[in-house]
Amino acid sequence: MAKARVVHYINQFFAGIGGEEKADIKPQVLSDLPPISVQLNKLLGEDAEIVSCVVCGDSYFNENLDQAKTEVLALIKTTNPEFVIAGPAFNAGRYGMACGTVVQMVEKELSIKAITAMYEENPGVDVFKKDILIVRTSDSAAGMRKALPAVAKFALKCIAGETLLEPDVEGYIPRGLRVNAFTEERGSMRAVRMLVQKLKGETFKTEYPMPAFDRVPANPAVADITKAKIAIVTSGGIVPKHNPDRIESSSASKYGKYSIAGFDAISEADHETAHGGYDPVYANLDPNRVIPVDVLRDMEKSGEIGSLFDYFYTTVGNGTSVANSVKYAAEIAKDLLANNVDAVILTST
Amino acid sequence: MVKEIERAGIPVVHMCTVVPISLTVGANRIIPTVAIPYPLGNPALEASEEKTIRRKLVVSALKALETEVDGQTVFED
Repeated sequence: MAKARVVHYINQFFAGIGGEEKADIKPQVLSDLPPISVQLNKLLGEDAEIVSCVVCGDSYFNENLDQAKTEVLALIKTTNPEFVIAGPAFNAGRYGMACGTVVQMVEKELSIKAITAMYEENPGVDVFKKDILIVRTSDSAAGMRKALPAVAKFALKCIAGETLLEPDVEGYIPRGLRVNAFTEERGSMRAVRMLVQKLKGETFKTEYPMPAFDRVPANPAVADITKAKIAIVTSGGIVPKHNPDRIESSSASKYGKYSIAGFDAISEADHETAHGGYDPVYANLDPNRVIPVDVLRDMEKSGEIGSLFDYFYTTVGNGTSVANSVKYAAEIAKDLLANNVDAVILTST
Repeated sequence: MVKEIERAGIPVVHMCTVVPISLTVGANRIIPTVAIPYPLGNPALEASEEKTIRRKLVVSALKALETEVDGQTVFED
């Protein structure tokens, strides 16, 4: 049997083109396979071969979604593949969104099977898990040594058309499918055993986990914005110059609350970004590009808003766990309420 | 973060570039912005033009806060 033709989709970083300063590169095919593709190719062995590596900058992909989709699809199509592997994206949000989009689009538009791989908290997981196969990885590229063999093994299984076992067994993220299966014990036995385990306080595993919906309904609109006290919150990592509390550039372990009292605008001289997940040049030159202190201050003066709260709250959203974000925001919300803030503008990068 | 602030009873508008992420995390009032590294600006423009764009986006955000929404709403201009 001839080797199955595989296209590998990756971002600018794994292609060795560059970091955040190159995140805006357009889709292209690499003439030589980068090390990550070479390694994956080795792991695919005799049954499959990476025939081409398509690269796109993470920011370009997410900012120009429709155009990027068309361009990437065209590049993938030229090599006439039988399978596409995107990533692994670990916990990189924009990369995960790109990988999920590529997989979904390739399956839908080209009817070619495809997979990707990510950490379970990658925003790409929530967006795409129902529709595509995502191999579970750790949260950072430090887990590459484990991730690549898992991806290769799973890809070969999919290429061979083997029936996939349960997500836990195969190491992919559940799509929420219910599959009929025969078991030794009948349902009533299993249900009673589960109940007994529950009554005893023992751990048990449900056969049908309920999806966790956590939606918060919108609050009523602000009645009169010209009387409202507005606060700024950001996940874009804007901090006073030199980052006094040393908020980490990724996986932030804290948030900051900083005074902007007396500032008509913030500038290069007094503020910067601590965020490691986007090219910091533009935010460092003019941090108002991330938190609009200048405009809100003007509006306060002209009476378009009641007032701008004296402090802003900030953390770095890059790779920060959902649990931590929830914790920071709950504390921030409490403080906002204590200070009679009426509404919040939250900016993200 | 948006969701937790909303949960506390404070109306919140999310200004961000990658709208699908905002929808997934559960923001209710969403303003699409310019670009990931400069959501509220554009370094290709003159400073004054740039501020005009920023102002326009903030005006949209304030309007969103003044608008009753039923479910997630993306405010395109």
